[in-house]
Amino acid sequence: MPNSGFSVLLSVNNMRRLMIGLGGTLEIALLSVAISVVAGLFYGLLMTSKNRVIYGICRVYLEAFRIVPMLVWLFLLFFGSAIAFGTNLDGFFVSVVAFSMWGTAEMGDIVRGSLISIPQHQRQSGEALGLSFWQTQRFIIIPQALRRIAPSAINLITRMVKTTSLVVFVGVTEILRVGKQIIEFNMMTNPMASFWIYGFIFAAYFMVCYPISKLSKKLEAKWSY
Amino acid sequence: MGFDWEFVVSVMPIYGAAILLTIKIAVLGTLLSLLVGAVCSLLLYYRVKVAGSLVKGYIELSRNTPLVIQLFFLYYGLPKLGIMLPNEVCAIFGLTFLGGGYMAESFRSGLDAVSSVQLDLGLSIGLNTFQMIRFVVFPQALSVAMPSLGANCVFLIKETSVVSIIALRDLMSVTKELIGMYYNTVESLLLLVVCYLLILLPVSFLLIFLERRFRYAEFGV
Amino acid sequence: MTMSTGAAEREYILEIEGLKKSYGDMAVLDGINLGIESGEAVVAIGPSGCGKTTLLKCVNGLETHQEGTIKIDGREIGADGFDWRQARQKIGMVFQSYDLFPHMTVMGNILLGPMQVQKRKREEVTEQADALLDRVGLADRKNDFPRQLSGGQKQRIAIVRALCMNPDIMLFDEVTASLDPEMVREVLDVMLGLARQGMTMLIVTHEMEFAKAVADRVLFMDGGIIAEEGSAREFFEKPTTERAQRFLNTFYFE
Repeated sequence: MPNSGFSVLLSVNNMRRLMIGLGGTLEIALLSVAISVVAGLFYGLLMTSKNRVIYGICRVYLEAFRIVPMLVWLFLLFFGSAIAFGTNLDGFFVSVVAFSMWGTAEMGDIVRGSLISIPQHQRQSGEALGLSFWQTQRFIIIPQALRRIAPSAINLITRMVKTTSLVVFVGVTEILRVGKQIIEFNMMTNPMASFWIYGFIFAAYFMVCYPISKLSKKLEAKWSY
Repeated sequence: MGFDWEFVVSVMPIYGAAILLTIKIAVLGTLLSLLVGAVCSLLLYYRVKVAGSLVKGYIELSRNTPLVIQLFFLYYGLPKLGIMLPNEVCAIFGLTFLGGGYMAESFRSGLDAVSSVQLDLGLSIGLNTFQMIRFVVFPQALSVAMPSLGANCVFLIKETSVVSIIALRDLMSVTKELIGMYYNTVESLLLLVVCYLLILLPVSFLLIFLERRFRYAEFGV
Repeated sequence: MTMSTGAAEREYILEIEGLKKSYGDMAVLDGINLGIESGEAVVAIGPSGCGKTTLLKCVNGLETHQEGTIKIDGREIGADGFDWRQARQKIGMVFQSYDLFPHMTVMGNILLGPMQVQKRKREEVTEQADALLDRVGLADRKNDFPRQLSGGQKQRIAIVRALCMNPDIMLFDEVTASLDPEMVREVLDVMLGLARQGMTMLIVTHEMEFAKAVADRVLFMDGGIIAEEGSAREFFEKPTTERAQRFLNTFYFE
């Protein structure tokens, strides 16, 4: 197919660059996910607090991320940091911070939801069997909570991977930017390049996200009782 | 460096125009998404051959790819095949492509909640397929799906924030432009947030209200 | 109630011959022959799993049968030119689960079929519905939603909903089996009233006293066939088959 332009994808060099770009995207996603999961566990525990003030603050933080688009948050942090520190922070760093702040809030809500959904009698029947507080946590509460957390948490990963596509707005070199460069470089020789490159990026995101969301659905079906 | 009220007032018309653009894309995109979602979910529900499998593929594709990438493909990729769309149309189609999948999933969970007894009831009084959908299946599915459909609406409005990627002068692009030109960063960002809250807060409250109404007035189980 | 016009002697509203149905290897209906004349109230009883409910569902097309014929008003189910939607308007069915359409008021539930399917005028149907609601003692509930009603009330509405289509025959599928005991009576009274007015009915029930009171004819079903058939008095006082005797004995305590 000499004229279809598909050859642009067959170039080893182009492919390598696209993969590195995808890697950059995934790096941001993985870092943010890791931070969110750890911080989210604590945040979730904090949210089960009976103290109204603490709960209120946590709630406002969560809703702030729910109501304002992620891209706006990215802008706030990116341009805001320029004022605060007098210089533009690296887009990569700002992106990880923004996604982690959001991910922590969402993860916290998932953790909180699962903790309060475990009926009180589960704890009581554990204690009635003579288990200690920690044994009750270890054998009864945590296993059940984890099963409720896992599907939504994995689903959150898909959402975060998709959201990383926003970093192109703050100048991070990732897959889209690499794609653009390749297209511009081949403008003269291969006018069809943009179709194939963007098609490839589209497929690449799908190939990363689809298995994860499939896993999430599977776990949900398996563990729903 | 004090807060520059004069600047805020002077750029209000620019933000106003951008808000209108965002609302236009969001409203049209959401309505089309609802339509696409409803049709897709019915094709799945009635297990229409071929179309059913196509719909399944479409839902996965739309839910597992980001809007930014979908827009890039629509706006920069497709013209190479001779399909050229103005950027506004592209944004609306992109949003519909994304939203259709989400709406279809919501409708489907609603449809699944309609019991088979209800279908037998409808059949036994002689309803045809269309009447069954209109009077029995759809109203019940809708009230179950309501909360999730509402959440999708908010989600789609928020997603419109990326349309500047295909050269539309929306709130994001206006903000970026003004920061670049005048360095009124604080004012520009504040206006940006206020504009989004102006759109999103009323929608959220409306949805909470609608959800309650649907739940208590119709079923109240 | 109006009878189907020009009914000659021995003309059946519902006529079933050699009806068979099985799920895989399991025969649920194993050769049923039955004719119901206009104005007759026929009660089918028998142990669970004997095929009573399946029989009703086959008549209403909610289940398909494999062998035999079912004729409604002389027209054979599944024959050329047979229209289910037309046929179902002639068959009223009331189900065990006392479900109404939960998103419609009582009146909305009743009007749906007559107005949408039969394309009748709202005023005319409303008038008929009002009269029927009055008869079942629920005239004051017509603007309520189903969730505001008790099970017994819902089931009486379900009967009215079916009656408003002016059916030639009514099918009742264990309509009191899911109700709380104190609500059974109000529903059975409505059915008894219908029978006295000459409604053609095929009733599946476990209420033996009610069967005695309402039935012109009793069918005892067991193992997918009609094992015994006779007038209510004959059947309850002197059942001829051993299976029927054993079945009836399970209802007595000593």
